[in-house]
Amino acid sequence: MTNKNDNWLYTISPKQRLIDLNLKEIWCYRDLLLLFVKRNVITVYKQTILGPLWYFIQPLFTSVIFTLIFNNMANIPTGEGVPSFLFNLAGITSWNYFKECLTGTSNTFSQNQGLFGKVYFPRVIVPLSVVFTNLVKYGIQLLVFIGFYLYYVFFTDKAENTSPQNAIVFLPLLILFMGILGLGLGMIISSMTTKYRDLKFLIGFGVQLLMYCSAVMYPLSYFKLKLPNISWVVEYNPMTTIIEAFRYMTLGLGDYSVSKMIYTGLVSIVIFLIGLIIFNKTEKSFIDTI
Amino acid sequence: MEKDIILKVENLSKQYRLGLVGTGTLGHDLNRWWSKVRGKEDPYLKVGESNDRSTKGTSEYVWALKDINFEVQQGEVLGIIGKNGAGKSTLLKILSKVTGPTTGEIKTKGRIASLLEVGTGFHPEMTGKENVFLNGAILGMTKKEIESKLTEIVEFSGCERYIDTPVKRYSSGMTVRLAFAVAAFLEPDILIIDEVLAVGDAEFQKKAIGKMKNISEGDGRTVLFVSHNMAAIQSLCSRVILLENGEILNPNGGEPSQVIENYLSNNNEKVDYKTHAANFKVNIIQKKIYDFKEPFKINLEIEVSDDVYESVYIDFAVVNQFDEFVLHYRMNIDKNKLIDLKKGGNPISFSIENPGLVLGEYSMIFYVYDKMGKVLFWVENSSRFQISNLSNVLIANSAIKSHIVPNVQLEYK
Repeated sequence: MTNKNDNWLYTISPKQRLIDLNLKEIWCYRDLLLLFVKRNVITVYKQTILGPLWYFIQPLFTSVIFTLIFNNMANIPTGEGVPSFLFNLAGITSWNYFKECLTGTSNTFSQNQGLFGKVYFPRVIVPLSVVFTNLVKYGIQLLVFIGFYLYYVFFTDKAENTSPQNAIVFLPLLILFMGILGLGLGMIISSMTTKYRDLKFLIGFGVQLLMYCSAVMYPLSYFKLKLPNISWVVEYNPMTTIIEAFRYMTLGLGDYSVSKMIYTGLVSIVIFLIGLIIFNKTEKSFIDTI
Repeated sequence: MEKDIILKVENLSKQYRLGLVGTGTLGHDLNRWWSKVRGKEDPYLKVGESNDRSTKGTSEYVWALKDINFEVQQGEVLGIIGKNGAGKSTLLKILSKVTGPTTGEIKTKGRIASLLEVGTGFHPEMTGKENVFLNGAILGMTKKEIESKLTEIVEFSGCERYIDTPVKRYSSGMTVRLAFAVAAFLEPDILIIDEVLAVGDAEFQKKAIGKMKNISEGDGRTVLFVSHNMAAIQSLCSRVILLENGEILNPNGGEPSQVIENYLSNNNEKVDYKTHAANFKVNIIQKKIYDFKEPFKINLEIEVSDDVYESVYIDFAVVNQFDEFVLHYRMNIDKNKLIDLKKGGNPISFSIENPGLVLGEYSMIFYVYDKMGKVLFWVENSSRFQISNLSNVLIANSAIKSHIVPNVQLEYK
C-alpha cells in the first residue's frame, strides 16, 4: 500500500495563483489547438462561391477605397516615390491582423458558453486558436501585399523610393507584438463581458475609433504636422508604432526606432499578462456568472 | 486488501447567488474585495442557506453543495444518486473542472474526463470524421489516439456511410450516436458519466450500457456514474452515495441495493393515512425495488389499540405513476378469507407469484372494511416501489410488456 496522502496529480481548489498558465497542459492539448485552427479556417467560407478568395478581396477593396478617399480626395501625402495604394495596403493588412485577434478573442466566453459549460480543457486554447487562425489569414494577405509590391517595383515607375530595410528581420517580432496585444486586450474584454455586458457595445465602435488613432490611413509625421496638440494620442498608441514600423521595414518610410520597438514590446507584454491574469480568474467561475 | 485512493473530496462547497445577476453585482463585488483587502472572510459565504428549493429562504445565497467529503478507490464504480436538484450535476461539474468550488478541495491521482453531455463541440459544417477528431480532442484525446481508434468509433456509431458528410445532414439520432461513440472510446483514469444512457433507440441503449459495463468491469477503470436509472446504478456500481439538498447522506457510501432502497423510501413524499376510527396504525414492510421476474411480497402489520374487530376484509391495489390501477385484489370474493383483527399487532402478508408488472414506479392503496362493507380505514399513496430489470440490464426496458393475471397468496395467522 502506498502513502494515501502523497503524490496527488493535481488539486482542484478555490485558491489560485495569480498567473496559472499551465504550459505543460497546453502542450498536451496542442492537437486541439491545431484542430480548432483547422475548424476556424475551413468552416468560415463553407458554401461560398469565392471561398478563400474572400481573404484577398476584403483588404484589396478597403485599400482601393482608402486610396481614393484619403489620398486622391483628401490629399494626404504618403511620401515621395511610394504608391498610396501600397501604403494603405500595408496599414490595412497589419491593422486587420490586430483587429481580428482582438474581436475574435473578445467573445471567447460568450460564444463558447455551451462548450465550456460541459467539458474542461485549458480555456486559453480558444483565444490562442483565434490568434493562430488569424496568423494564417495574415500570411495569405501578406502574400497579396508582396504581389502588389513586386508589381509596383518591377512594372511601374511609381515606386522608385520604395525598398525594404534591414530592420525587416524584426518583422516576426512585430507580428508577435500585434498578436499578443490583440490577444491580451481580447482576453480582458471577454473576461469582463461575462459579468458586465456593457463592454460588448464598446468593442464594436471602439475598434473603429481605434483605427483612426493608429496611423492606418495616414503617416504619423503628417498627423504631427497637422494636429500637434493631440498627436500624443496617436504617437503613444502601440498599434501606431507597429504599423509605422511595418511600413518602415517594407516600404522604407515611417517612424521607426529601437526604443519605440522596446516600448511597444513592453506595452504588449504587460497587456498580455494582465489579460492572462483576468482570464485565469474568470475561467474558473464564468459559467456561474454568464 | 485496501486499494489506493485515487480521488479525494474534502469539505467541498459551492455557493450560488439567486435572482438576477446584474443589479447589485458590482456592489457585492466591491464589498467582497474590501473584505479581502482587510484580510477578512468573504461576507457572503456566511449568509448561504441550504438549497431547499420549495421553501422561500431569507438569503440571496444558497449552498448547492455543502461540506461534501468522500473518497474513491482505484478501479471502483461509484454511483451518485439523488433527487433533481440534490447537487449531483454541480458536483460533477466541479469534478470535471467546468466550474470551481467556493471552498474545499478535490485531490486526484488520475486524469479526469467527463461525459456530461454528448456531442459538445460538434460543428455542423464539418464532416463526421472531422468532428470525431475535433470532439475527441476536446475530450482530451490526442490526434494519434483518435487515429488508432477511428475505425472502432465509426463502427460503433453505425454511421459509416455518412462519415464524410457534414454533420448538419445527419439525423439527430445519428449525431448523438456518433458523439457517444467518440466519448465511449475515451481512456482517462477517472471517467465521469452523467445520464448519457438515455440516448438513442433501444438497440443503441443496449449497446451503450454494454460498453459502460466493459469500461468498468473489463478495463478496471474508475468511474463516477450519475443516473436516475436505478437498475443501471444497481447493476453497474459497486458503491453508491446519496445526495440530498447539497449534502451527502452517507459519506462512506453503501451497498447499491441498500442505498437505493433508502433513497426510494425517502422519496415517499406524502402518504395519506385516512382512517374513520383513529385507533388504527399500519406498518408496511416491503422491498423498494423488485426485479420484474421476482415474486412480489408485502408484509403488513395492522396495529389496533382499543378494540377487537372480527371478520374484516382487506383490499389492496397497485397504482402506477399515472394513478391508474394496474392490479386490484379484493378479499371479499372469497368469504372464507375473512380476518379477525386482534388488539395489538396483526401481521398479514400477501405474495404474488408473478405480478406481471411492467417496469416503472408504483404505489399502493389498502382498504380495510368490515363485513357490512363499512370502511374502517384506508391508506393511499403508500409504500412506493420500483419494478426494474435488475437481472439483466442488457434487455432493453421496452422489451418487457407481459401481463399475466396474478395469483395472490394470503398468509394470515
